[in-house]
Amino acid sequence: MAAVHDHDVGHAHDHHPSGMMRWMMTTNHKDIGSMYLWFSFIMFLTGGVMALTIRAELFQPGIQIVQPEFFNQLTTMHGLVMVFGAIMPAFVGFANWQIPMMIGAPDMAFARMNNWSFWLLPPAALLLTASFFVPGGAPAGGWTIYPPLSVQMGMGMDMAIFALHIMGASSIMGSINIITTILNMRAPGMTLMKMPLFVWTWLITAYLLVMVMPVLAGAVTMLLTDRNFGTNFFNAAGGGDPVMFQHIFWFFGHPEVYIMILPAFGIVSEIIPTFARKPLFGYSSMVYATASIAILSCIVWAHHMFTAGMPVTGQLFFMYATMLIAIPTGVKVFNWTATMWRGSMTFETPMLFAIGFIFLFTVGGFSGVICAIVPIDIQVQDTYYVIAHFHYVLVSGALFGIFGGAYYWLPKWTGHMYDETLGKWHFWLSMFFFNLTFFVQHFLGLAGMPRRIPDYALQFADFNMISSIGAFGFGFTQLLFLYVVLKCIRGGVKAPASPWEGAKTLEWTLPSPAPYHSFETPPVVR
Amino acid sequence: MSSKAASTIVWGLTAALYSGLGMAAADPHQLNLPEPQSIIARQIYDQHTMLLWICLAIFIGVFGVMFYSVLKHRKSQGYKAANFHHSTTVEIIWTIIPFFILAGMAYPATKTIIAMKDTSSPDITVKTTGYQWKWGYDYLTGEGEGISFLSALATPKAQIENAQPKGENYLLEVDNPLVVPVGKKVRILLTANDVIHAWWVPALGSKQDAIPGFIRDTWFTADKPGTYRGQCAELCGKEHGFMPIVVEAVEPAKYTQWVAEQKKKSAATAVDANKVFTAEELKAEGEKVYTANCVACHQANGKGIPGTFAALDGSKIATGPKADHINIVINGKNGTAMAAFKHLSDIQIAAVVTYERNSWGNTAGDVVQPSEINEFRK
Repeated sequence: MAAVHDHDVGHAHDHHPSGMMRWMMTTNHKDIGSMYLWFSFIMFLTGGVMALTIRAELFQPGIQIVQPEFFNQLTTMHGLVMVFGAIMPAFVGFANWQIPMMIGAPDMAFARMNNWSFWLLPPAALLLTASFFVPGGAPAGGWTIYPPLSVQMGMGMDMAIFALHIMGASSIMGSINIITTILNMRAPGMTLMKMPLFVWTWLITAYLLVMVMPVLAGAVTMLLTDRNFGTNFFNAAGGGDPVMFQHIFWFFGHPEVYIMILPAFGIVSEIIPTFARKPLFGYSSMVYATASIAILSCIVWAHHMFTAGMPVTGQLFFMYATMLIAIPTGVKVFNWTATMWRGSMTFETPMLFAIGFIFLFTVGGFSGVICAIVPIDIQVQDTYYVIAHFHYVLVSGALFGIFGGAYYWLPKWTGHMYDETLGKWHFWLSMFFFNLTFFVQHFLGLAGMPRRIPDYALQFADFNMISSIGAFGFGFTQLLFLYVVLKCIRGGVKAPASPWEGAKTLEWTLPSPAPYHSFETPPVVR
Repeated sequence: MSSKAASTIVWGLTAALYSGLGMAAADPHQLNLPEPQSIIARQIYDQHTMLLWICLAIFIGVFGVMFYSVLKHRKSQGYKAANFHHSTTVEIIWTIIPFFILAGMAYPATKTIIAMKDTSSPDITVKTTGYQWKWGYDYLTGEGEGISFLSALATPKAQIENAQPKGENYLLEVDNPLVVPVGKKVRILLTANDVIHAWWVPALGSKQDAIPGFIRDTWFTADKPGTYRGQCAELCGKEHGFMPIVVEAVEPAKYTQWVAEQKKKSAATAVDANKVFTAEELKAEGEKVYTANCVACHQANGKGIPGTFAALDGSKIATGPKADHINIVINGKNGTAMAAFKHLSDIQIAAVVTYERNSWGNTAGDVVQPSEINEFRK
């Protein structure tokens, strides 16, 4: 352990453990950030393989490749792996790399806890994926694990519950670290309202995480005791209520969707001004809009349950509250557009992903408003329309934000420029195949195809085939991203301190690649 | 850039098409909701169309500006960046205008919600129970009171496994459809026996979760005669994709006729509770009951699916005392996938228990009579 004490003056004298131990013992925000990003990419590929198996089965009507029970395991695990393994850790990886550099700090506030919050993840992921190999297989009740169905599952469900506990603990620790770092370690002169938007969105996201992860832990713990110790929290026969689980789950689950999108808003809000060579339009309204979205996200959870049955006043309240979210979200889209307006734009890969993000996220936003309208939601709830909606906000939203951010900061992280041509190919192929996969799913949902079914009526055959072709295209395109990143790490044109002409935030004042201890003396922000 | 412009156009065209025509139910390229067959479904359809037009207008407005900017305000064309970064007036305007647009959307929706929720004074009430994996219908009040039947997938397994060509209504056909008269308000009371299901018929604009231990309700009035198909919409286990719903809406006179037929049928099948059957009769009937209710989990060979569904072949219960066996069939087993089957008739339970005790490798040799089940229920 002594080896990791960084008490040396000047990092030329630093002595780090090498090999595997370097990564096991590291307390450095950049090492930990890299591990988060690689972890999330591995999970992204894992969840992707599950998605492609699902799409292969749905290529034609009839049961061809997987049996219904395994199909249900795949849809469930695809959701859990992508949400908790891919998207969330990727954003924590960005937070680790970028927040200290963007606020002029040397590292994160709790360096050792940072190590622990990362190293909780691989065991949790192993526990989750190992559930495929136990009797009864992986959980097959959907990623929302509603009882009583989830009470019927084999021990794979208990493994998933423990994995969720561990990942939740990791998220809470990561969030506390992020909040503390942001509130205490900003460079002199950097008031809250001078912070880069990415830092702001993460500050708000971290508060959401601290608030809702314990709620999820409570819900799954009650499920665990219902399953194994004879309690009846969610069993009507014993005085419980299965719908109560849904309320508790979505009290976590709705803020969770904003946890997955707010940091992407932050990344896009950094990229657009840089490549428009013009300051972000309406900085303070962006901050207020982010905070409003976060607050509103806590009072709309039951819009996931409009068909579960609730009083008319309940439906009206949750419909109105949900519709209100469109206002701050609209403000953000308008502000990004106004930032681009009369800028001097160039279209490198990060900018392409940012514009693709705004374009497709808005489509997802529109279908979100449509889903918010209770009578229409009665028709589209639990259909492919909803699948299309949330993939528009989570893939072309969160994931495109992650890709944009990765291209934007790769030069700072690696010291090399990435291959611009391949980056653009990655964007255009992703854009094409993403829409091929998910746009037709709107039609399937409206025409009446329920989600989570391994086989479907003949009228849905053509669109499903198109969707499956798109999914395979999208999946293989992501290997191109892996290639671009590896190529960039191994070499390429040397990146200057600020490879982007319009970049204004603090990390671009550091040399590329950034020094191990970011800012050893705080910069002064005027 | 051109491909982005192209995708805008495609989006616009699709949205225009999409809001246009109501298409036939089995159109393989159906882009919109099915043609509405009830007042609520009609309102939903119209509101969805209205919303699409509003979204399209906003979409063209916002992305028109953005793509104009993308085309004109680029460095490669020598455009110099301006330096403005806020305008309180503009920001207030674009916060307030969306509010009014949303209020315009919410107003008709509110009226529809209130109408949807009004399940009072129905002409007919049908209790609908979700089972893994079929639906049960009990006509509680109104014409047809007392009729009760189960409704399960009618598509043969061979079609699903691609051994036979698939029929026209593949996966959307049932043995006993729910029959209702047109023009009458039908209230559907929903509950479930095991896990949560959802009863959904798109053309009638009705979807409601069926929750074990609770009663929920919804209603519809079918405008014209026809066969309306739907599916279970809440993941309910491995056969979730295989429990469709078929509603047959008929003219009132035809409905009266159907009711009379059902009554005659149930009188014919009613048997004396004390009748004694032979082992052979029970086994033959039991095999049918087993195939209809048990085979999805316990499998035709009685071996179940290791780790998920228990084997009956050689199991302690199926070879042990009769009472335990009857008990688990009637009451299910808490915390497992084994649901209660108390909705089956005495003869069905007696038959299936007899069948399970004397099939595969099980040789209990005993026979369970309906009278024993009747006794057990007391």
